[in-house]
Amino acid sequence: MRLAEAWRVALDALRANRMRSGLTMLGMVIGVGAVVILVALGTGTKNEVQAQVEGLGSNLLLVVPGQVSLNAAPAVSRLDQSDLDAIIRIAGDRDRVAVSLTSGENVRAGNEQVFTSLLGVLETTPKVFLRDVRSGAYLTRTDVETGRRVAVLGSTVARTLFGERDPVGQQVTIAGVRFRVIGVFAPLGQSLGVDRDNEVHIPLSTAQRLLATKRVDAFAVKAPDAETIDRLGRDIVAELHRRHPDEEFSAVTQEQILGVLGDILGVLTAVLAAIAGISLLVGGVGVSNIMLVSVRERTREIGLRMALGARPRDIGLQFLLEAVLLTTVGGLLGIAFGVGASLATAALSPVPAALTWWSIALAFGVSCAVGIVFGVVPAQRAGRLDPVVALRSE
Amino acid sequence: MTADAAIEAIDVARTYALDGVSVPALRGVSLTIAHGEHVALVGPSGSGKSTLMHLLGGLDQPTSGRLRIGGRDVAGRTPAEMAHLRNATIGFVFQSFHLLSRTSALDNVALPLVYRGMGARERRERAAVMLERVGLGHRVGHRPNQLSGGEQQRVAIARALVTEPAVLLADEPTGNLDQTTGAAVLELLEQLNTAEGVAVVLVTHDREVAARARRQITMRDGRIVSDTAVDEAGEAAG
Ligand SMILES: Nc1ncnc2c1ncn2[C@@H]1O[C@H](COP(=O)(O)OP(=O)(O)OP(=O)(O)O)[C@@H](O)[C@H]1O
Ligand SMILES: [Mg+2]
Repeated sequence: MRLAEAWRVALDALRANRMRSGLTMLGMVIGVGAVVILVALGTGTKNEVQAQVEGLGSNLLLVVPGQVSLNAAPAVSRLDQSDLDAIIRIAGDRDRVAVSLTSGENVRAGNEQVFTSLLGVLETTPKVFLRDVRSGAYLTRTDVETGRRVAVLGSTVARTLFGERDPVGQQVTIAGVRFRVIGVFAPLGQSLGVDRDNEVHIPLSTAQRLLATKRVDAFAVKAPDAETIDRLGRDIVAELHRRHPDEEFSAVTQEQILGVLGDILGVLTAVLAAIAGISLLVGGVGVSNIMLVSVRERTREIGLRMALGARPRDIGLQFLLEAVLLTTVGGLLGIAFGVGASLATAALSPVPAALTWWSIALAFGVSCAVGIVFGVVPAQRAGRLDPVVALRSE
Repeated sequence: MTADAAIEAIDVARTYALDGVSVPALRGVSLTIAHGEHVALVGPSGSGKSTLMHLLGGLDQPTSGRLRIGGRDVAGRTPAEMAHLRNATIGFVFQSFHLLSRTSALDNVALPLVYRGMGARERRERAAVMLERVGLGHRVGHRPNQLSGGEQQRVAIARALVTEPAVLLADEPTGNLDQTTGAAVLELLEQLNTAEGVAVVLVTHDREVAARARRQITMRDGRIVSDTAVDEAGEAAG
């Protein structure tokens, strides 16, 4: 009964000061909305990265020079053809090993030109990674062994250079050298704002000749199953280390990549959450402030209620509920705003946003908590008033 | 100590600390309010009448002396216990009415029952009966600003009595009312004193009003200077 009265009074107080309550809530709306949106963006990005890494194929081991960690600079490769042969020997099957030599190059056809990632690769690429060819065919072993000037285009490259025409059989010029198009990849789409279809695959030997280098940049090895993947990685790193004693190499699995990316996204999310937290803090201080004003304005009422038998606890509860109502109503509006903005972002822009129930529950919980934390001081102050002094106040 | 006294004060003092200076508002007051009494408290301004009323009503604690309200010693009681004691024993009527402005007459009267933990229905039933008793049965839904001053004070009286207290404390209840309205309010208090048996302690500056009480206590400088019973004819009898 006392609790019901406290609710009634708290609601009534908010209704009596609509403008003030609304403005105070605005701080919460913004803070909670920001939390919901930022968590949605963080989750969406993480989901996308995860899908992308898993979409590469299963049981993959990526072998690169240097260390793979959050704060290591990418290393320059000293790996070459003989290292490739060694890795193929360890893997036991050429079809399990993919390799890349990467360079940014201009590709031309007629009057059209596009800057792409040029990859020198083996014919094994589609056997290691999941990669579909939409028209024509992928490179063959003969293409690689004889260093043919043939190219497979990513879908963006194909569209930019040839429009709706089928590029297979057409000529393109890469770094001033003519190539014949033998295939076009099925589109992969964008991720994190990067177009994954803007690449061109040519035989590794051809690429080495074109770029006047013997190096290869990275390997990918497909393990037969999840159990052998770690041992395979250790064997490859040990062999590479034996061949290049002064250098470090890493063989990382998809899980490890996801782990590192997760760390990066985690730091980002934490920074964003801190910013959102500050806006919640500001909202909370606003609530505290308004509650102190409310206590002062209603000092006579507090005195009266005390004279009639209200305990300090009854008075405190009434004001605490008022604060919690302010923050939770503001929080609910903020959740609605955040959910709307997240859905709109996901629908209308390439930025990924994924809503999760836990983030909405968290936002609501935080709203309640802010109300309690920032309402408790004004509420205590109200409960501790001396009834005689309160009754006399103006 | 008398067992059946509603309120009992023995050598009660109250000193205020004001900027490091102690201001004695009450300097040792002893009195007993018996059940059903009708007492007028008079004295010049600043003599300590309101201070005494606050103590008798359990709104304040004495600096020294013993005070029993409803048979219970107030010494060492927590604010929550004092709240309970007030709710159970005392009804207050203030000079400035102190009604909740956004609340109907009915809910204003029912308010003390909230703090008894009584259910909404029973509260309203009792409040309606009480409003009827003070002659405002036709005004239950009115807000204070839709009522005259006299009607507002009647609502306040109904609120003070809805808990069936032993004592009703009224500090200048007619101070904000014109003569006629004030007289009607006092008449109501007298009626309730007789009919309900509630003890009434009334602070007033009006000699005529004081003369209508059956006991008259005069204060000066924080002390009781006379405490006399008045007979039916209005003469002092001791
Ligand atoms: N909170 C306080 N702090 C300091 N002194 C106070 C306080 N309240 C009352 N006093 C002093 O105590 C004395 C008695 O005050 P009180 O209000 O009891 O007088 P009163 O008899 O009710 O006067 P009035 O007829 O004007 O209402 C006065 O001198 C007053 O200044
Ligand atoms: Mg006074």
